[in-house]
Amino acid sequence: MQTKKNKLNNFSLKFPSLGRNEGFARGIVSAFVLPLDPTVEELNDLKAAVSEAVTNAIVHAYPNEAGTIEMSGSATDSDAGYIIEIRVKDKGVGIADISQAMSPLYTSGGEDRAGLGFTVMESFTDKLRVRSVVGKGTVVTMTKTISGKQ
Amino acid sequence: MPVNIVSKGDYVAAALTGELDHHNLIPIRQEIDTAVSIALPKVLLLDFGDVTFMDSSGVGLILGRMKLLKSIGGTVALSGAEGYAGKVIRLAGLAGLILKEENENANEEKQA
Ligand SMILES: Nc1ncnc2c1ncn2[C@@H]1O[C@H](COP(=O)(O)OP(=O)(O)O)[C@@H](O)[C@H]1O
Ligand SMILES: [Mg+2]
Repeated sequence: MQTKKNKLNNFSLKFPSLGRNEGFARGIVSAFVLPLDPTVEELNDLKAAVSEAVTNAIVHAYPNEAGTIEMSGSATDSDAGYIIEIRVKDKGVGIADISQAMSPLYTSGGEDRAGLGFTVMESFTDKLRVRSVVGKGTVVTMTKTISGKQ
Repeated sequence: MPVNIVSKGDYVAAALTGELDHHNLIPIRQEIDTAVSIALPKVLLLDFGDVTFMDSSGVGLILGRMKLLKSIGGTVALSGAEGYAGKVIRLAGLAGLILKEENENANEEKQA
């Protein structure tokens, strides 16, 4: 059986780990996905997931001084809909225990952290992958298929 | 103004607006905490009616204010959570804090 899979578009960018870039990253994802006619819910879910990953890079990966965040994305046409993959990469402190970090309500601290960032990423996308090396950095990859309006 | 705060008697109502992320919440949290520390309310009402985006940082705001209000013998209530903010609030298991405004209005009408 032949399944349709056709890479439509992709992007890659770098920005410093400044708080104002949380909104910037959401804006980029919106602009990337909007031409594919997502539902409001699909768009918001993607924005929330990206917001969490980028916020973590800003707050946790580079706690003392700003570093560089790399964000890239791709859109693939498939029989099920458009497959959106977003990757957020930092070269920060890394995560020693990934399964502990990903468990709901776990936070290593910071003012008013809820410990629910990974829970949001997991709940609002179809697939979440986290790779991390202490002292080297963290890569978070999220995939979500959007069916769009039609 | 990202937050509109009204202090009245025993309660402080904070109407949140715009995109609630970690960055935007820093000044909002400060304004709310200042108002709470002056009024020492029994109830802090956080309204999400004009919130256009929220991630788990908004949940952190709620949890942090719950702690703060507990320390002065008060509680936190939420309203206007019909939009996207409500989805994140429910995911966090905080749906119980949302005021049942419609029910209350219905009861008031019956009593009137
Ligand atoms: N990019 C990252 N670099 C280093 N540590 C991270 C990163 N992302 C997440 N973490 C760790 O995982 C924990 C849980 O993250 P999360 O679920 O988003 O909750 P929160 O950000 O509220 O602490 C963080 O407290 C932090 O210790
Ligand atoms: Mg987080």
